[in-house]
Amino acid sequence: MFKKKWTMLLLTSLCLALVLGGCGSKGNNGGASQGGGEATGNQVTVSFMHLWPEGVSAGQNKIVNQIITEYQNENPNVKIKQEVLDNEQYKNKLKVLSASNELPDVGVTWAAGFLQPYVEGNLFAPVDDLLNGELNGKFVAGTTEAYNIDGKTYALPLEFNIAPVYYNKAIFAKYNLEVPQTYEQFKQVVKTLSDNGVAPIALGNKDRWTGSLWYMYMADRIAGQQTLANAISGSASFKEEGLIKAATEVQALVDSNAFVKGFNGLSNEEAKSEFLNDKAAMYMMGSWDLPNFTTNEEIPQEFRNNVGFFKFPTVEGGEGDINSWVGGPGVGLFVGENSKVKDEAKKFVEYFVTKWGEQSVTGAGVIPATKVDTSNLELPQLYIDLFNEMNQASSVTLFADVQMPANAAETHLNMIQALFGKAVTPEKFSEEHDAAIAKGQ
Amino acid sequence: MDKVLSNKKIIALYVLPSLLLILGVVYIPIILTGYYGLNKWNGISAMSYIGFENYLALAKDSAFWSSAWHSLLLALFSTLSLVIYLAVAMVLATRIKGANLFRKIYLIPMLLSSVAIAQLWLKIYHPTNGIVNSFLQSIGIANPPAWLADTSLVLPALFIPILWQYAGFYILIYYAALKNIPASLEEAAKIDGANALQIAWKIKLPLAMEVIKVTIVLAVVGSLKYFDLIYVMTDGGPNGASEVMASYMYRVAFRAYDFGYGSAIGFFLLVICLIITWVIRKLTATKDTIQYS
Repeated sequence: MFKKKWTMLLLTSLCLALVLGGCGSKGNNGGASQGGGEATGNQVTVSFMHLWPEGVSAGQNKIVNQIITEYQNENPNVKIKQEVLDNEQYKNKLKVLSASNELPDVGVTWAAGFLQPYVEGNLFAPVDDLLNGELNGKFVAGTTEAYNIDGKTYALPLEFNIAPVYYNKAIFAKYNLEVPQTYEQFKQVVKTLSDNGVAPIALGNKDRWTGSLWYMYMADRIAGQQTLANAISGSASFKEEGLIKAATEVQALVDSNAFVKGFNGLSNEEAKSEFLNDKAAMYMMGSWDLPNFTTNEEIPQEFRNNVGFFKFPTVEGGEGDINSWVGGPGVGLFVGENSKVKDEAKKFVEYFVTKWGEQSVTGAGVIPATKVDTSNLELPQLYIDLFNEMNQASSVTLFADVQMPANAAETHLNMIQALFGKAVTPEKFSEEHDAAIAKGQ
Repeated sequence: MDKVLSNKKIIALYVLPSLLLILGVVYIPIILTGYYGLNKWNGISAMSYIGFENYLALAKDSAFWSSAWHSLLLALFSTLSLVIYLAVAMVLATRIKGANLFRKIYLIPMLLSSVAIAQLWLKIYHPTNGIVNSFLQSIGIANPPAWLADTSLVLPALFIPILWQYAGFYILIYYAALKNIPASLEEAAKIDGANALQIAWKIKLPLAMEVIKVTIVLAVVGSLKYFDLIYVMTDGGPNGASEVMASYMYRVAFRAYDFGYGSAIGFFLLVICLIITWVIRKLTATKDTIQYS
């Protein structure tokens, strides 16, 4: 009996050990990014969390690894420890890590509204010293500003995007259509296509920010960039005549069957495939989709040759000019405020941003936030054209959902879907925006 | 052995690990959720205590109530569809040809993950290339609806795959319950001249009652907290037309960064589920349980 008792005890404690061990090992996994780097002697480890997994973003992943290898060669006392996550997972993990104050030394963040709670929580370190250092004047105008809160910059942007309207040259040629310069011409193009049974515009408005792009341009062209910017920042109202008119025009576009059938239930990917399969003639999307129309081997060469882009046309009597864009910086790099190796982390960020600018152009086909001389690089024509357009931009309005604080952005996106679905009037649309922005947070 | 198991220390040793685990993973988080609901918190910076403000705001939030209404509708339809599942199980439990095959056919959706089912049905409902609209066009309907983009159609369009997904589960439960009824009872009834309908109504149904009660609770509570398929297929849209309580909670907490309010919704959801379970138990309570063995 005695023996049995001890066997049981032993077994039980074994189970307990297993359970606790399970917890423990989990804790260790999480600890990979824990509290960031450690400095033992001269050897320093900087933890770096990013969102370019090999499978999804092969081009970016390769560049990241190249830069890290080079950096480690140049700084033998520094070791960069990577943690790679998928986009959505990355966002969730960042939130969890910040709640337990275990952010990596260097990580990826988005601008404006996304950044704000982290800055308010004192989690990101200001990087103004870097901006005034070697990197001074290297960024494209309007990129670092999006990471600026109360006069301090909290991250350095890596990419810069603008949203043109891509179009299928073959379809345009088939119906003798010209690239529209004015909104009247644009409406004519839509009408011709729709009369001929071709879906004019691929739009996946289940994702909502896709529809936001259209409204943003409409507002920019009709009411002007300043009016739109003021309304978003809360210093003016969305009830401005021009902004209401923009919302009305969006609904008029919907009425003229400008968008693919069922757009409010389609995801951006589903809508894009309509464009990629020659079923829709136009598609408005950020320049991050450029590789799909230039170098992506998975998409037929024939189709890629057929893709062109045009700038959102001007509206007669509107305030905005044709060189004003909707866009904004993509992701940027932050340095953790509580990092134990802040100086090394900042140095790495500085190095990374510089190298990224040169390599991302050729390696991944993304447009970097730093100024790059493309004259000596061999690049697809579509890329060069868009790049040149960007350099001539008269203004760039940051994507509304990025610019607004999270709560207001959510209202904006819901309202966009409602507007396109004709569930709200332009007046109600404006009212809800004003209310959400006034509420703040 | 008996001696060992009657030793209080040993009992404690056995119970403790799982007790700690369930406390830590289930009950403490529930209490914490209730507490977070009393705070204004964006999930990142410091919390600030605001009392019952979030819970009061919930009462006035029309978006929440419309999502609650959608959840309730789903619960209603799931409960009603139990009748069909039971009928199918009754047929399968008699010795019909190919009962085995049918059982497998009904069960297969259960083997797929919700996300896979969602992807499948997204293809089925696709406004231009989907099988539903292709079929409708082939029989002469020129302009079939865009199912998931139409605010008045999206909810029923979502209910179909959800009910289809769980059909196998309930049919299997009912099948097992019906198979448990001794064949002698049925034979005796037959000898007394009862027809198939009478046997089903007077013998099988009462004997399966305990299981039916459990399935009602499962269906109702499962519907109230339903999330995954809706999240993947419509994300609550368009314009909130397919938002349910759980997806609304997710949206508030993780999209709008309002963890305090999101927690309040989560806690409210828990309370509703508890109340409804209790009500169902009360309504379906029977004093004497039927014995047949």
